[in-house]
Amino acid sequence: MSAVKIKEGVYWVGAVDWNVRSFHGHTFNTKRGTTYNSYLIVDEKIALIDSVYAPFSQELLANISEIVPPEKIDYMVVNHVEGDHSGSVPEILKYCPKAKVVGTEKCKTGMYKHYYGNWDWLTVKTGDKINLGKKTLTFVEAPMLHWPDSMFTYIPELELLLPNDAFGQHISSSKRFDDEIDQSELMDEAASYYANILLPFSPMVLKKIDEVVKMGIKISMIAPSHGIIWRKDPMKIINAYVKWAKNETTSKVVIAYETMWKSTELMAKTIGDGVASTGVGVVIADVSEVDKTNVIKEMLDAKGYLIGSATHGNDMLPQISGFLAFLKGMKPKGRIGAAFGSYGWSGGAAKSIEEVLTGAGINIVQPFMQCQFVPDKEELKKLFEYGVEFGKKIKNG
Amino acid sequence: MKKYLCTVCGYIYDPAIGDPDGKIAPGTPFEQIPDGWVCPQCGVTKEMFEEVK
Repeated sequence: MSAVKIKEGVYWVGAVDWNVRSFHGHTFNTKRGTTYNSYLIVDEKIALIDSVYAPFSQELLANISEIVPPEKIDYMVVNHVEGDHSGSVPEILKYCPKAKVVGTEKCKTGMYKHYYGNWDWLTVKTGDKINLGKKTLTFVEAPMLHWPDSMFTYIPELELLLPNDAFGQHISSSKRFDDEIDQSELMDEAASYYANILLPFSPMVLKKIDEVVKMGIKISMIAPSHGIIWRKDPMKIINAYVKWAKNETTSKVVIAYETMWKSTELMAKTIGDGVASTGVGVVIADVSEVDKTNVIKEMLDAKGYLIGSATHGNDMLPQISGFLAFLKGMKPKGRIGAAFGSYGWSGGAAKSIEEVLTGAGINIVQPFMQCQFVPDKEELKKLFEYGVEFGKKIKNG
Repeated sequence: MKKYLCTVCGYIYDPAIGDPDGKIAPGTPFEQIPDGWVCPQCGVTKEMFEEVK
């Protein structure tokens, strides 16, 4: 994809990764691929904001060359040390070895621990500026959005915010802007991104948005490091982030489970019928079959979590165990939960699930429900009632 | 009672508030927090904290 002008003197020069389907190792399924966004700021001096994942460095260089020779870059700004953005910095610096590399103090040590380069580093803190001529780069440290080294770059003359990973979405497209793509796909990916990556840092998100609002800076465009650029409606994503960061939920329950011979699945569906009969929305997912990234996304705005597993080795099954470990790391707040499952003889799974959920800060609101082997008519009635009871707790807030 | 700063992520431990989610009651001085406690923001241990002067 070629360079695209996004504002006067500012160009998207990044790369589109159409085929990637696993991100951050295998912790995020990028079902729509992604992009690595890099921005070239052309003024009396020239700055490059972030680079791209290393395998795409030649595309970055080709895009920069459409606008200026890469040798002319004066500043290599590193908003974030992670490889999907910093990966091509060493390659870029081969062309402009005298360029200053700009970032936070933690970014400096982090970049050394990635690439072991000997670079001319300029450490910046919140409020520091670099004058490029008509445009000024202003920096805002943003620790834990989403790493300790992270920062935002802001260009006040253009009302342009370059927040690196914040406000991003994993979407590969030939389109660069929010108004050019399907809005429901866009918000679906933005929500998935928030739920699977940023949710644990929600207190930092609220503080940072508050800080930026108090700075009184005008933002007419947000250009993140993944996905489309918010030019028509940047408030749309800011408002969504405030909602998600406050852990606002709807009348909805996610029932996630792992089953061995479909008894736990039958329990999940029966409980689900009970919940649905109260008018509360239900999403049911066998985590060993479906896209776990999407299940976490559904859990973002769900008040209730019902987790089920058959018993194996006196404990829960390994895929739901791994799924719950990931969920715990996302630190959802203000949720209620309960456990269930089918067992053969010792039945340790449901108790174990309760312990994990409690450790994750999820409030267990009714004791676990288990059945031996295949539930009979009586047990199916009880399972339905179990769902009704849980659904009522969602409705009564 | 002194506040303590997490040098990794910037979180401030304020003894007046404690860390109720992390089972540290308000009024607990930093020195009395058990060793197993971690920064609620980024998960690092007490060693990464320094006193706010």
